[in-house]
Amino acid sequence: MKILVCISKTPDTTAKIAFTDNNTKFDTNGVQWIINPYDEWYALVRAIELKEADASNSIHLISVGGSDAEPILRKALALGGDEAIRVNIDIDDSYTIATQIAEVAKSGGYDLILTGKETIDHNGSTLGGMVAELLNLPYISLATKLDMNGSIAHVTREIDGGQELDEVATPVVISAQKGMAEARIPNMRGIMAARTKPLSVVEPVACDALTSTVSFEMPPAKAGVKLVDAENVAELVRLLKEEAKVV
Amino acid sequence: MVLIYLDNINGAIKKSSLEALSYGAAVAKQLGTDAQALVIGDVSSDLSALGQYGVSKVHQLSGVNEFDAQGFARLVADKATEGNASVVVFSHSLSGKALAPRVSVRLKAGLVTGAVALPDTSNGFVVKKSVFSGKAFANVRINSAIKIVSLNPNAFTAVLGAGSAEVVTTAATISSNVKIASVSKSSGARTLTESEIVVSAGRGMKGPENWGMIEELADVLNAGLACSRPVADAHWRPHHEHVGQTGVAIAPNLYIAVGISGAIQHLAGVNRSKTIVVINKDPEAPFFKAADYGIVGDAFEVIPKLTAALKAGS
Repeated sequence: MKILVCISKTPDTTAKIAFTDNNTKFDTNGVQWIINPYDEWYALVRAIELKEADASNSIHLISVGGSDAEPILRKALALGGDEAIRVNIDIDDSYTIATQIAEVAKSGGYDLILTGKETIDHNGSTLGGMVAELLNLPYISLATKLDMNGSIAHVTREIDGGQELDEVATPVVISAQKGMAEARIPNMRGIMAARTKPLSVVEPVACDALTSTVSFEMPPAKAGVKLVDAENVAELVRLLKEEAKVV
Repeated sequence: MVLIYLDNINGAIKKSSLEALSYGAAVAKQLGTDAQALVIGDVSSDLSALGQYGVSKVHQLSGVNEFDAQGFARLVADKATEGNASVVVFSHSLSGKALAPRVSVRLKAGLVTGAVALPDTSNGFVVKKSVFSGKAFANVRINSAIKIVSLNPNAFTAVLGAGSAEVVTTAATISSNVKIASVSKSSGARTLTESEIVVSAGRGMKGPENWGMIEELADVLNAGLACSRPVADAHWRPHHEHVGQTGVAIAPNLYIAVGISGAIQHLAGVNRSKTIVVINKDPEAPFFKAADYGIVGDAFEVIPKLTAALKAGS
């Protein structure tokens, strides 16, 4: 079975969020870049587990971005990917990104295409669904569990107030979230091996961006916390009722 | 025409969908056109009453009651094309996340997810959305002829007016490649993203056996229950209660955090809450900086008192 895992580069979860160029660009100064946690902890690690269970499975990684996405792909290779593909275009528009991934996937013969449920910077939750529609494949979103039985994927996904177990024949696109797998740390052997694993760069296909980011803004600052004495809980109830008007 | 897709759970229209409905009606007004809604499946409620939210027509596609993203996306896209829709609105809910990207591709229509405000249509079509896990907003321009927006739950208040919608019901069928083997729902649990009030607790509760007082507080407030990541990781509480950067992101009117220090990853999942109350015995807990109201005190003493005070006041 061939697995394609979509990898996105995001700022570290503790990165300071600030903007430059008149609030039109994210300030990358001092930012440490990581693999988007949903792509890494859930999608990639589950793919690695499937490969550990059946060594005939292979894992390809794909990232759409500039050369600064390569350290992220190397880290994903160190965790356990077999080879990586970078599509050489740095763009925000998710339709363009999905189009590039679908283009590569068309000729790759993948049985499973895995993504994280969203990136922690754009919070789009759009990529998996777009790739699936572009390839005319089924898409299971927000999956918390994935097991294979031959060519049938058994996928548990979140629904309102509970969960649903789906059975779907490959090929299929799945977006992964918490529950799917546990985070791992690459070991020295993996890091060494990653240096020589293939990482190919392909040029993008033409695509009209459907969206563009105009500007960023920060939320209004909080006025500061109003502390209430622990012995005077009734005062908190009064504030919530009369001032905040939320209960 | 602005087309709004409405989600239903077991035949009842979801609150987040009613917000999307009001939002779509407001967008239509802004653009000088009309708003129409689309419901897929058989529903128990009176659909003509949705006119109160500002839609002139409700299209109901009956006979399709098992959600399938691929099939549903085709139905929504076909309805948008047939009605010559210029804007399609979803709620950024579980099914919206599965559907909107597919409809975007089918219609070659730019999609902005997680919208928090009405679009700026003074120069094109620019939508404000939440980014960086609630730490910032982006204004995103949609360049295509058809625009798709999915609205964050609890970001737009549903407005009720007078009015009645014309209901047009037609039969529909889909073929699905996905077989639903089983469904399990926890009974009585309030959906976190739909809850107006959420009570959440962390490691400060010392162990799962102490959750009774948290549940009692949630009950008296009719609130959803949540927890911090260490609590879910230690299996004190189920994973679906975990709010934060890698868990569920929520934006209730009131978020009460008990015994949670407020790590940046936790804040990322809750910082869009309108009012935040923090109860923690450590006055240096970073969460107090992000809170509107705080009590420095022992949760085991404060929570029962708070529950009693709320009961007495109601």
